[in-house]
Amino acid sequence: MMRNYYRPENLNDGLVALSENSWTMLAGGTDFYPARVGKHIKEKVLDLTGIKELRSIKETKDQIYIGALTTWTDIFKANLPEAFEGLRKASKTIGGVQTQNAGTICGNVCNASPAADSIPNLLALEAKVQLMSVKETRILPLEKFILGNRKIARKDNELVTGLIIPFPSKEARGNFEKLGSRAFLVISIAMVGVVVDFNESREIENLNVAVGSCSAVSKRLYLLEEEAIGQKLQDIEIKPLHLENLEPINDIRGTAAYRIAVISELVLRAIKGV
Amino acid sequence: MNKKDKSSVTFNLNGAPRTVFSSQIRRFSDVLREDLGLKGTKVGCDAGDCGACTILINGEQRYACLTATGQLDGCDVTTVEGLSKNGELTSLQHSFWAEGAAQCGICTPGMLMAAQSLLNQVPHPSEDQVLDALSGVLCRCTGYSKIIKAVINSTQKPTPISYPEVGNAVGSRMVKVDGYEKLTGEEIFAADKAPENSLWLRAIRSPHARARFSLKNPEKAMNKYSGLVKVLTAEDVPGNNGFGIYPHIKDQPVLAQDNVRFRGEAIAALIGDRESVESVTEEDLNLTWQPFEAVRGLESAIAANLDPVQSGFPDNTLSRGFVKKCEVEKGFSESHKIVEGIWTTSAIEHGYIEPEAGFANRIGDNIEIFVCTQTPYMDQSEVAQVLGIDKNQVRIIPSAVGGGFGGKLDISVHPLIAVAAWVLNHPVRCVYTRPESLASTTKRHPVRIRAKAGCSKDGKLTAFEFHGDFNTGAYASWGPTVADRVPIHCTGPYFVPNMLSETRALFTNESPSGAFRGFGTPQAAIAHEALMDTLAEKICMDPLEFRIKNALRKGDRTNTGQLLENSVGQTDCLESLKSRWVKWRKSAEEYNKKSAVIKRGVGSGSVWYGCGNTSMSNPSTIQVGISKKGKVTLYNGAMDIGQGANTVMVQICADALGIPASQFDIVMGDTNLTADAGKTSASRQTFVSGKASQLAGERLRAKIIHLAEVSDKASIHIEGEKLTAKDETGEHLIILSDIIPHENGDVLTGEGTFDPPTTPLDENGQGSPYATYGFGAQIAEVEVDTSLGTTKVLRIAAAHDVGKIINPTQVEGQIHGGIAQGLGLALMEEYIQEVSENLHDYLMPTVGDMPSIEVILIEDSEPLGPYGAKGIGEHALIPTAPAIIGGIKHATGIVINHLPATPDRVFSAIQKAGHKNTNS
Repeated sequence: MMRNYYRPENLNDGLVALSENSWTMLAGGTDFYPARVGKHIKEKVLDLTGIKELRSIKETKDQIYIGALTTWTDIFKANLPEAFEGLRKASKTIGGVQTQNAGTICGNVCNASPAADSIPNLLALEAKVQLMSVKETRILPLEKFILGNRKIARKDNELVTGLIIPFPSKEARGNFEKLGSRAFLVISIAMVGVVVDFNESREIENLNVAVGSCSAVSKRLYLLEEEAIGQKLQDIEIKPLHLENLEPINDIRGTAAYRIAVISELVLRAIKGV
Repeated sequence: MNKKDKSSVTFNLNGAPRTVFSSQIRRFSDVLREDLGLKGTKVGCDAGDCGACTILINGEQRYACLTATGQLDGCDVTTVEGLSKNGELTSLQHSFWAEGAAQCGICTPGMLMAAQSLLNQVPHPSEDQVLDALSGVLCRCTGYSKIIKAVINSTQKPTPISYPEVGNAVGSRMVKVDGYEKLTGEEIFAADKAPENSLWLRAIRSPHARARFSLKNPEKAMNKYSGLVKVLTAEDVPGNNGFGIYPHIKDQPVLAQDNVRFRGEAIAALIGDRESVESVTEEDLNLTWQPFEAVRGLESAIAANLDPVQSGFPDNTLSRGFVKKCEVEKGFSESHKIVEGIWTTSAIEHGYIEPEAGFANRIGDNIEIFVCTQTPYMDQSEVAQVLGIDKNQVRIIPSAVGGGFGGKLDISVHPLIAVAAWVLNHPVRCVYTRPESLASTTKRHPVRIRAKAGCSKDGKLTAFEFHGDFNTGAYASWGPTVADRVPIHCTGPYFVPNMLSETRALFTNESPSGAFRGFGTPQAAIAHEALMDTLAEKICMDPLEFRIKNALRKGDRTNTGQLLENSVGQTDCLESLKSRWVKWRKSAEEYNKKSAVIKRGVGSGSVWYGCGNTSMSNPSTIQVGISKKGKVTLYNGAMDIGQGANTVMVQICADALGIPASQFDIVMGDTNLTADAGKTSASRQTFVSGKASQLAGERLRAKIIHLAEVSDKASIHIEGEKLTAKDETGEHLIILSDIIPHENGDVLTGEGTFDPPTTPLDENGQGSPYATYGFGAQIAEVEVDTSLGTTKVLRIAAAHDVGKIINPTQVEGQIHGGIAQGLGLALMEEYIQEVSENLHDYLMPTVGDMPSIEVILIEDSEPLGPYGAKGIGEHALIPTAPAIIGGIKHATGIVINHLPATPDRVFSAIQKAGHKNTNS
């Protein structure tokens, strides 16, 4: 039967549906409906929210698995390691509580907006994306999954089922800085996600830092990350060279020149504030 | 909708199981409202930006507009209708009512549900927890202060709702007479009612700022969509295909013919069932566009290199304003210091949470229109001339209005649904989407102001010159009003011996600019207050002292030569802020000594603003009647748009008549049932209609006194059909049912009319344009992050002379709300066509952006006003932005000349100034 709306109750039914037809995916609806204001919705919609097994956070020794339907509120309430503090902070800056209660972290990833607050944090956490179809399961690093502004590597017959994040070290700390024009309900002018790991003498053993809203896709600052190793937090300095891979644009939220000018301060605050 | 797409969904709704048979992808907000009839859940954006549709799903707050109906299967749903049980308000609803946390009430259901979700988990929340819980709901009226307080207070023992005793209504904190309905979701807003069989109307709008279009064979679309009944075009308009505020300027077409002049202009309207009208595409209509280069911005309008926006105005100038007092050149030549500057501002959206909506119904040769409006009587004339019928054939029935702020002074859906219902002889409804509301309705005028001021050595103003260009967009709307009002007020509330002011309203191919809380004076205030700060600085005088020294006083003559005889509380307002000013400035400067990146500063702003229309008759008539059964009704034509006119008119009339306010029923704004009380604009309702309400009450009282043959001091009691008047000679009984009733069933009536005395302005703009002025001043402390350019307003103290406080809760509410909008103007609000046609790119202050606010009320009685009262609606907004911009300057030394002061602009100004001038 051809239906325009289908809400499978288990993963297998969802994957079978995807193998048979092309669908628009729906989860929290926080991106789906705003794009269809005043329009009669005619497309075929696969509503994922009935697949309860995808709403879970599972920890193993090596990794943390965040199911695709995990909401921002779930992230905020979960007892995650300190390295997830950036992601946790982000979970309170995405829309209002209503959005946080409905919106899913994977929805934010799959929407692949340059201003998606999840992405710099997930890049800093070295997240991988799990994709499933009836035939196979693929795991892609997040950087390989997001191809551009609102472009992702998901094939038509695949479902993003979750995120896989390597279990961080005990010492690792995360942080998130978001710059916007008002207190709540704000799309980022720029944002920074950070995970820092320390050695025994409180020197930086590993730094992951990613910047969002300053290029079509959030970007890691690899040069800065390399140079930071062995430094103390308070000694970190940002040089123009560190930011060279950013390509901000002028938009309603700020000019490109402004973004470039403030991003080093934002990066510094994110790193030093862990 | 194909049948196969529908299926049943069962959930628990407000404690009882419900099953709906619906398409499962439909927004649940839509199913609640249209299928289940629960209209308490409001829709303001359909995009998760405003929060009006907040409901609880399994106890969590959620946007109903972002929830697929299919997702509700097996869920527990609570809407605002599920809060109160058996008519008993919950302590939260009760607290909202008592605190005055609901003004227009359109965001109230969402606010209540968001707060309830918190209270269910945290019985005694902290303020931070309240802010977080309410973060997803926007309010445009209250400035949030009273909402936060109401949520926190709801956890304490409730104070009972009580009405003031006889003779004590004026001055009391009487709760809103229409408060209960706003808290239970029963209030009927414009989108909440329409005949069952109504057809839907959707306008087709231009995606181009300037273009020629051709719409060939729309019948093709009708063949494709069986539910499409009619495609209305310009040819279908039976009367004049033009509307506009001024009787002689009906320049905006109901439906454009061949050419469009702004993005968002309506060119056709689809009428049919909802699915059909929402499905039709431009291709279906064979619609083609030929875009032309558009006149964008004031510079392009002034240069007039392109074809003029409207052919009758070759230089794009719609109108000019002019005021000249004495010799400005001489004044400058005698000045010790002269300062000048150029300021520009952006288009600003009213941002009421209720999008425009309504329905029209033709009944024989008459038409009834149910619509949100600030001005039912003007709407009546407008619709009549569009339909080519007599205005007595048009009845406007106003809905409850979910915010207006000037935006609902212009018509919106009215002529479209009127024409459709008239032509089809069938009820037609329309609800604007948020993008449509943003694109097609008026904005605050963007301006370019060049201004100059001089003062003497001892700090007395000597001369002031002002040139203001106002971008009035594609059509006139209120452009001439702005051009007239601004020159009168452009100096601020200061005595200036020599001044000259000229303004122009210029057409562009942009959104029509209209009326928005202050008619251009908030923009002008940014210039005059910046000049006051700079002059004070030049002569090393404290900026507040400088303002006090130059403030208008009784006996002064204004810019238009009007002698101020009464009610001039400007110095009182400024003086009342002085101790805080000194303390705040000092504490900011101390703070900055220890803080390198975060800088604090304190600025001030002043306002004066004439209450009522400029040099024009603007009468209000209010009626009150007693039925034979003893029902007392106030027929209030003064539209309550959330500001509380219904309550204020009752308070005033109750004391004038001498009965308790609680005994009043109210009828609002219906052109068949109430007299014309003019527009809810220009801060005139409390002053003008309030006076009419007082006179109506006094006249009715006089009739009763006469009929009962008692003394003037008699007390009046009405119980059923018995009216008892009691004086020192004893009780005198009137049996109401013995009196022959009027047509409306009332047996005793009183009517009051008041038209504030004004005089025309001569060729130099000299005369008495307003019967009275409201005065005020605000100081704001801000915190600027100099590394990022972000600004946070920490606290504001606002002192306003309102003549007489009719209702302290409502006056505070007006001030809080005005400050919120002033803060938006100063820091974040900027409407850009095509880019900010939604409420996540058009930013308005959220609950987290508000400072703490202290309100100081001055009562310098106005003899003409009811019990001495005058207006406050617009005054509250005007000084806020200047105070904030002054605060940024005090904190950082930077001068902001283009508003809003967004982070990138503040940052760039700081970079340019090179951190030189901070106050430490």
